[in-house]
Amino acid sequence: MSKYTEEELKKELETKEYEYGFYTDIESETFPIGLNEEIVRAISQKKEEPEWMTNWRLEAFRIWKNMVEPEWANVRYEKPDFQAISYYSAPKKKDKYKSLDEVDPELLETFKKLGISINEQKKLTGVAMDIVMDSVSVATTFKETLKEKGIIFCSISEAIREHGDLVQKYLGTVVPQTDNFYAALNSAVFSDGSFCYIPKGVRCPMELSTYFRINQAGTGQFERTLLIADEGSYVSYLEGCTAPSRDENQLHAAVVELIALNDAEIKYSTVQNWFPGDASGKGGVFNFVTKRAICEKNAKVSWTQVETGSAVTWKYPSCILKGDNSVGEFYSIAVTNNYQQADTGTKMIHLGKNTKSTIISKGISAGRSQNSYRGLVKIGPRADNARNFSQCDSLLMGDQCGAHTFPYIESQNSTAKLEHEATTSKIGEDQIFYCNQRGIPTEKAIALIVNGFSKEVLNKLPMEFAVEAQKLLEISLEGSVG
Amino acid sequence: MLQIKDLHASIGDKEILKGINLEIKAGEIHAIMGPNGAGKSTLSAVIAGNENYEVTKGEVILDGEDLADLAPEERSHKGVFLSFQYPVEIPGVSVTNFIKTAINESRKAHGKEDMPANEMLKLIKEKSELLEIDRKFLSRSLNEGFSGGEKKRNEIFQMAMLNPKIAILDETDSGLDIDALRIVANGVNKLKSADNAVLVITHYQRLLDYIVPDFVHVLHDGKIVKTGGKELALELEEKGYDWLK
Repeated sequence: MSKYTEEELKKELETKEYEYGFYTDIESETFPIGLNEEIVRAISQKKEEPEWMTNWRLEAFRIWKNMVEPEWANVRYEKPDFQAISYYSAPKKKDKYKSLDEVDPELLETFKKLGISINEQKKLTGVAMDIVMDSVSVATTFKETLKEKGIIFCSISEAIREHGDLVQKYLGTVVPQTDNFYAALNSAVFSDGSFCYIPKGVRCPMELSTYFRINQAGTGQFERTLLIADEGSYVSYLEGCTAPSRDENQLHAAVVELIALNDAEIKYSTVQNWFPGDASGKGGVFNFVTKRAICEKNAKVSWTQVETGSAVTWKYPSCILKGDNSVGEFYSIAVTNNYQQADTGTKMIHLGKNTKSTIISKGISAGRSQNSYRGLVKIGPRADNARNFSQCDSLLMGDQCGAHTFPYIESQNSTAKLEHEATTSKIGEDQIFYCNQRGIPTEKAIALIVNGFSKEVLNKLPMEFAVEAQKLLEISLEGSVG
Repeated sequence: MLQIKDLHASIGDKEILKGINLEIKAGEIHAIMGPNGAGKSTLSAVIAGNENYEVTKGEVILDGEDLADLAPEERSHKGVFLSFQYPVEIPGVSVTNFIKTAINESRKAHGKEDMPANEMLKLIKEKSELLEIDRKFLSRSLNEGFSGGEKKRNEIFQMAMLNPKIAILDETDSGLDIDALRIVANGVNKLKSADNAVLVITHYQRLLDYIVPDFVHVLHDGKIVKTGGKELALELEEKGYDWLK
């Protein structure tokens, strides 16, 4: 009998991981390009979905076919050819690299700056993990704690199979298939995503992060998220990652639906850092996202987002304040550099009485980028005493970028109180010189000024996330001054 | 410590400094006085390395090293401090956070680790007491909504924290009432040692009652036209600048 060396232990652990992995098919499989009913059916079939789901997808597809891509956003890009995309690719089992030495050094440098641990770096770049014990045990403890509380947190594919009744009840109730072009497309072909259910009166004891979900490293091109907070429950959900996500897929069209039932509270934080294209504007991800929440009586939803990536961003996390006394909040930092374009903001739809909403938007533009805030505050006829406070601040760096604000207000109730404040400022040479004089180099000075400008929003992020986001802002604006 | 030799500097096509010669030794306090437009603030900006000004001739030497090729932050790391006449506002960045960043950047430039938090805290406490600065003040956004006196006191607080070799105080007395002036001057005097030097730039002699200079220079039309002891300041107060032209 040979000795059971550490090397062997490692090997066995690696094999075990594959053996019990979430995905059983080892070979990568990609569908032919193009989109038609057959492809939609095939996706559904691949995911072993029940008939109602297949039909729901088909219905969405038929709606999408008759829609046109919206053009009202303040962005310019070459429209994707939707028939030139492959809509299903089974997750690849094989590790992309054997060791970190094979990974793009520039990417590793960024990881280093972000302070991401070696193991995490490997996970993010798809490097084989030396030893998986840590992450497995963490994830297991995590899952058990959630299970005790009756919280369901899994992939949406799993939820469709295991918790069909819940999914069927809520899917598409906030963002219907007919909502918009990209939402319809997502409804037809969504690859995977997250599902979360917090039972009545339960306060989720930890931040739910997509990162911790087992076997769900890859999110796919058409991500679908459904989060239900039952009466009186609370959850804080973190989405995304500060590490740069390089993706072969140029088009990303995600849908996120949040349901906050009576007295429930959802905090939804996002850090988005998709590949923005190179310094000359080539490449980069198109990010067309539909995110919306519905708030029942006394419910509260907070959206906090830090958007630094993507070549084109089109995203308006919104709240339908249906129940009386419900509260919607939107805190956003959007950074654009080089040739990036962002058109982002929110919609606060006040339907119930005494509903309140707060919008704080911070746009930072550098290089030749264009950064637009677009927001709608709508007060319905029954929404007595509705209140909104909006603040949109823009910070410009250099003289070749643009900041735009498009605030829309529609009020059908004379008791509503709406406030809107907007400022535009520029990082001044005198500010930079002042910092320089105190020994702070220009790049660091900009980071300091930008962080100060974004502080109100950064403060809304969970602690660890905020620290990472701060570093991310710094990195995103590197090289933005000569 | 600081030698300025035949310094000429312009902004755009306009020559402002037309051959300044000055030598400041360790342990000395020098004052530069002069009417508006004489080039006082330009001199301080040029020493600090403000790139809006072009040095066309001459040199600024600190401890034997020509500063010409050094960026403003590098000059700061070498011990040059400028207390601004009009300190800028940086919204959302607290006084504490700003000074912490400044100190750690300087340490980094000298190959040192960040200052440990407890050490930083001790230093902040010590220096804020020296300048009679309230704790609450330290958490406010840098210079945002500060009164004239608070801004200047904050400048000297930063000077105390950074412990420079040569501190240039540009019109530090402007905007100060008599109590604030006394506190600021008192702070500067306590920070003064045999190893550092101070260059006070002022329009009026008032500040020099509190920060007593070893030498007073009169700057006129980009040149030093007269140098004397502290009594020169009193003479200027009495006679004005016209008799020197």
